Amino acid sequence: MITSGHLLSINDLTRDGAFEVLDTARELSRITDGAIKKLPTLRGRTVVNLFFEDSTRTRLSFEAAAKRLSADVINFSAKGSSVSKGESLKDTAQTLEAMGAELVIVRHGSSGAAARLAQSGWIRSHVVNAGDGMHEHPTQALLDAYTIREHFPEHDRDFSGLRIGVVGDILHSRVARSNALLLTSLGAQVVLIAPPTLIPIGVSSWPVEISYDLDAEIELLDAIMMLRVQSERMSDAFFPSEREYARDYGLGAERVKALKERAIIMHPGPMNRGLEISASSADSERSVILEQVSNGVLVRMAVLYLLMGGTAIPTEGVLV
Amino acid sequence: MKEVRLADSEVVDVEIRGGIISAISTKITSDLPTLDGRGVLLLPGLVDLHTHLREPGKESSETVLSGSQAAVKGGYTAVSAMANTSPVADTAGVVEQVARLGAKAGLCDVFPIGAVTVGLLGEQLAELSAMADSAAGVRIFSDDGRCVSDPLLMRRALEYVKSFNGVIAQHAQDPILTAGAQMNEGAVSSRLGLQGWPAIAEESIIARDILLANYVQSRLHICHLTTKGGVEIVRWAKSQGMAVTAEVTPHHLLLTEDLAERYDPIYKVNPPLRTHEDVEALRAGLADGTIDIVATDHAPHPAEDKDCEWNAAAFGMTGLETAFSVVNTVMVQSGKMDWQTLVERMSAKPAEIGGYKDHGRIAVGSLANLILVDPTKQWKVDRSKMLSRSSNTPFHDLTFTGEVLHTFYRGVHVMRDGQLTGLKHE
Repeated sequence: MITSGHLLSINDLTRDGAFEVLDTARELSRITDGAIKKLPTLRGRTVVNLFFEDSTRTRLSFEAAAKRLSADVINFSAKGSSVSKGESLKDTAQTLEAMGAELVIVRHGSSGAAARLAQSGWIRSHVVNAGDGMHEHPTQALLDAYTIREHFPEHDRDFSGLRIGVVGDILHSRVARSNALLLTSLGAQVVLIAPPTLIPIGVSSWPVEISYDLDAEIELLDAIMMLRVQSERMSDAFFPSEREYARDYGLGAERVKALKERAIIMHPGPMNRGLEISASSADSERSVILEQVSNGVLVRMAVLYLLMGGTAIPTEGVLV
Repeated sequence: MKEVRLADSEVVDVEIRGGIISAISTKITSDLPTLDGRGVLLLPGLVDLHTHLREPGKESSETVLSGSQAAVKGGYTAVSAMANTSPVADTAGVVEQVARLGAKAGLCDVFPIGAVTVGLLGEQLAELSAMADSAAGVRIFSDDGRCVSDPLLMRRALEYVKSFNGVIAQHAQDPILTAGAQMNEGAVSSRLGLQGWPAIAEESIIARDILLANYVQSRLHICHLTTKGGVEIVRWAKSQGMAVTAEVTPHHLLLTEDLAERYDPIYKVNPPLRTHEDVEALRAGLADGTIDIVATDHAPHPAEDKDCEWNAAAFGMTGLETAFSVVNTVMVQSGKMDWQTLVERMSAKPAEIGGYKDHGRIAVGSLANLILVDPTKQWKVDRSKMLSRSSNTPFHDLTFTGEVLHTFYRGVHVMRDGQLTGLKHE
């Protein structure tokens, strides 16, 4: 269970708590697999999508998750809102709570913004972190773990023996931070692969291995997770050119061939085809990128359900 | 004052007449009102070389008057008003205005610090000589809040102030190595996803400026030292006989980076809180004299600048009202420093660096800028009871040992038993 009432970081979940989310998501998948896609469990409850950064796919995923549980969804995006007129995070959140929100899903460019919302006494709502700056993106890690688990059923309750590579801009990546915490908590070995400029100082305190050499690692991996490279990283001199980055750390056809037979290719999206991942790799039969998107809705349903304590999950789909 | 103990443990009577210490002796018979000094310590008034009073421009955070009140409460009889006001204190006109406001408040000496460069922009030297010659008599120059990062400009500034025995107080922070930085770079920043502020961004400027100052044979003062490496560089420079002085803040003597864990920006400060190892090095450096003085870097901010997400929050902490107690608790009560050393670090040496002749000593014939402290009294910090106009203290709810009970400014009893008296110096 998520005892704090919030999902701000993977650290809010014990190992058992993480498996509970994954099991709940699987159960929700089973129920909504047929003709009936919608459950009545959160009927009459209101959740807010509070997005201070553009992220259409994450927002839509949370919205789909909430609607499949019959919750009412208020979408708030910072653009064109009072935030651009200087309204603070605190005032915005309090305003939305006054409109009846019980759970706030927040995406913000500042690390710790979700934690501030949850812990400053500004609001009483549950808070779900949908990505805060360079800190964490816990539901992304949960959907990644869910996807890995579906492909390695022999590791259903223990990821020990799985080796998962996360490749790219570790320094700025909230996806990498959440995955490093979650996957190692579930028992997997995680290796972060990047040029040294994109590995944070202080990474030695993380429960992971570090490599600068993708080719040395690739044949050892059960899953390879490619991170999006932001174009501004190049202008900030983290690496000399896109060409050099793609050569050393991009996932092209040759590297796909070197993967283990059952290894899967993952990407949190949106992809830069031709930079961190080639089109043929993204579309190859190893790629589970679209499964990740589908699973994202399921784990977000599970998180909303577990946090808001909806009525019991029906064992069969029901009409609402 | 009857039977009062001095920092060297001697117990004496002290007579103040006409604002001047008129007698110090084991037994004085006087017709003046007396104060029982038993159980308390008499120290020279504290001197702060690094105070943000925010006036002109940010009177919602602090004014020269409210800052002076906070200073008196904390046992300071002299503060040095940093130049990053609005307008910037980069002309004779602005520094004279600040000095006038200080005199009008009349609670402690307010010595303006002049900006090194016009508008703190780091491009062109401000009129340093005009500020030195003004009624404010500025001797300390600093772009604090920003680093004079251009090495040639820094060289020129160091050279230029030699003609009037000025000193450049450098805010050592390489701006390129710290672009967007939010907290100390290390394990904690990597975990919290806050942009790292590497120790080397401070240390590289310290090393460079020590070499520059020595090369042109001028005086350099390093503001708010925070790293172990910085302490070692200053220690080396002093061993070579170089003319460098350095300060440390009370908060860097006590608090560490781990406090950022919950993203509460009350702990957001420039330079950032560092590691436990750094704190230990700062304490050792202050005890052995590598670090010459304690300075508060009192930086008041309105509530809305801290009641927000970390990245949006302002850097800075208040400190005038807690400095003595923090230093007493961390350094004296722990046995790292004696009372005479505390006086040296918080009063005598800062007065010497600033050229504040009426401060830093207790001697017959000198102005009575004095404090009486209870060295063992425990008290809990309550941010709602601060005299500063702002309440961004990181020490709220912490209990410290030692409290300032009385402050005398030019012989006027401006604080009595912890309460400001409302008396003003004529």
